[in-house]
Amino acid sequence: MSSWNYRTCPTTGFKIHDKAETLIQFNAVTSIVFLLVGGIVGLTLALTRWQAVHLLNDEWFYRFLSLHGIAMLVAWIIFFEMAVLYFASAVILNTRLAAPWVGWLQYLLMLGGGALVAVMILTGNADVMFTSYVPLKAHHLYYLGIIVFAVGAILGCVVFFATLIVAKHEKTYTGSLPLVTFGAAAAAIIAIITLSCGAIVFIPTWLWAAGIIPVMDSEVYRLLFWGFGHSSQQINVCAMVSIWYLLGTLTVGAVPVNEKVCRTAFVLYILFINIASEHHLLVDPGLSAAHKSWNTGYFMHLAVLASMIHAFSVPAATEVALRKQGHTRGAFEWLKKAPWGNPAFSSLVLSLIGFGFLGGITGVIYGTEQINIIAHNNLRIPGHFHATVVAGTTMAFMGATWYVLPLIFRRQVVAPGLASLQPWLFGGGMMVFSTAMMFAGGFGVSRRSWDMNGVDGPFQVNFGPIVDLSLAVMGISAVVAALGGALFCLLAVATLLFGKKINA
Amino acid sequence: MSVTSPQPGWWSTPLHREEKIWITIAVLWCVFITLAMPWWHIFGTQNSSQEYYTINPDDYGAVVDKFIEQYTVGEEAGIPVVAPPAGADMFLRAQQWMWDPILKLKKGESYRLHLSSMDTLHAMSIYPINMNFEVVPGWDYVLTLTPTTSGEFNIICNEFCGIGHHSMIGKIYVES
Repeated sequence: MSSWNYRTCPTTGFKIHDKAETLIQFNAVTSIVFLLVGGIVGLTLALTRWQAVHLLNDEWFYRFLSLHGIAMLVAWIIFFEMAVLYFASAVILNTRLAAPWVGWLQYLLMLGGGALVAVMILTGNADVMFTSYVPLKAHHLYYLGIIVFAVGAILGCVVFFATLIVAKHEKTYTGSLPLVTFGAAAAAIIAIITLSCGAIVFIPTWLWAAGIIPVMDSEVYRLLFWGFGHSSQQINVCAMVSIWYLLGTLTVGAVPVNEKVCRTAFVLYILFINIASEHHLLVDPGLSAAHKSWNTGYFMHLAVLASMIHAFSVPAATEVALRKQGHTRGAFEWLKKAPWGNPAFSSLVLSLIGFGFLGGITGVIYGTEQINIIAHNNLRIPGHFHATVVAGTTMAFMGATWYVLPLIFRRQVVAPGLASLQPWLFGGGMMVFSTAMMFAGGFGVSRRSWDMNGVDGPFQVNFGPIVDLSLAVMGISAVVAALGGALFCLLAVATLLFGKKINA
Repeated sequence: MSVTSPQPGWWSTPLHREEKIWITIAVLWCVFITLAMPWWHIFGTQNSSQEYYTINPDDYGAVVDKFIEQYTVGEEAGIPVVAPPAGADMFLRAQQWMWDPILKLKKGESYRLHLSSMDTLHAMSIYPINMNFEVVPGWDYVLTLTPTTSGEFNIICNEFCGIGHHSMIGKIYVES
């Protein structure tokens, strides 16, 4: 094994392969660049939906909305997940990264594909939104960009699994995989299923846009697209829950209460979440009520069960760990004495609340056959998924970054005081933002609409002062969250450039 | 620790009492909401329709034109207003970026509302009652509609359908 270079992390004792470390660094930095782009664009969108401000014109609103979806939901999250996969395999298992050149291929393909997609959108060749529902047609290079990006992500999963095999073969760990690696493996398995679905839908769409396939059915596209579009969010859930366990361990030394229960919950995600994606089609023609109820009822709730288990398991492990530190007085001393000044810990707590309470519960409600009738495509839906993907996943990933910086980049975080403020600005802002959005959606304000009042249309709609107030709250909290996001990017970049070097 | 391999024998570690209680509650809750969905479908009155057919957009357009010709009673903002008899089949056409015709209905009567699109995906959101259905090109989606309140309703498109999406607003009148 002498041909590979390792260093030993002085804090965690992990043996870190230099090539794994470089790949983690590149993927993490790139993800933050996309977060910055998507965040700036997102703020302009919120300030446009806040009808009193109405910042952008219609063309740029729809264009930026397409870009926001791709930059955040695809680029930021999947680049960060690649870093998570390499960390959870090579670093946690104290092994070398299998075939680093494939890792570089992953990085370059994802970067190239992502850049191509962004260019297509910004040049006005793909005003089709994240969903790109046919028969809305973008330039064929847009679809090619997504395919190239997805191929890159598949390669990342391949490197991850190959690294697991290397670790097993070279006996760098004994017994079963650590829980975080197990969760990352669940995420990677779902990623393979999801990206295959993506191939099934995007390859024919690409050929259709290039003029080779004459016609595509909208409803079939919708069914297949959501096999990709929603399942990809389940990769995020798995990766996020793994990060929850990781942060629990790093911040307070939490030990999973019962490994069997936690791992079974991850398996439930793998088995059931893909089918549950049909809740996007609850008010569509083409599927029977029995079919809709079956897939979104029984199957979805088995995946929800998994989240319910983690919702107990993560806080329980945290409580046990804090009580072991001696905070045993009363029912809540452990909570009071928790390390709230540590941004990674407050990120963990905010992520749990944002994902579980705001995002998860509303998701289950809106995913009901009948209730979906009053939620489909209005602001309730983006309200729901900003709670899951932003207040949940993004918050958790930001929390993990406070450890990635010292452990992987070996730089001390600059301005720790500001860092401890960051989760509250971002997480708090996003929670209010999501709630205000869902509230406005309850009055029928539609999503993805530049002007809810129907300006330029034959008739005008007047939503009234409650909606105006909700949208103002949405806009203001978006500004607060954006400040939190900007602070995150600023501190991360400042740490990389000026942070005090930590020597091994 | 979640970053180290678990102790040997982790699979046979018994669950704590609190964990058992929580998982039992969670399972029961999942069973309850799973059963609630078909229960609501059978005994509730608000369900999405199960009636749909495939249709060529051009053929659908011809049916809509015939429907308008048969029942037109006026015009508003350049869009024909039609008043079909109770129980009739009504055909609403979604296209970039308008809904036509304008429907004039009677409170308490049932109608069969057909929805389809001539071009891209659209979705019908009835304001202010906030009911939403997807409108798909190539598919004729039939909803049985019984207005229970009178007044003026708008149809807002809430599926992105191109740059003029936000201007796609239609109208339904319900007379008592």
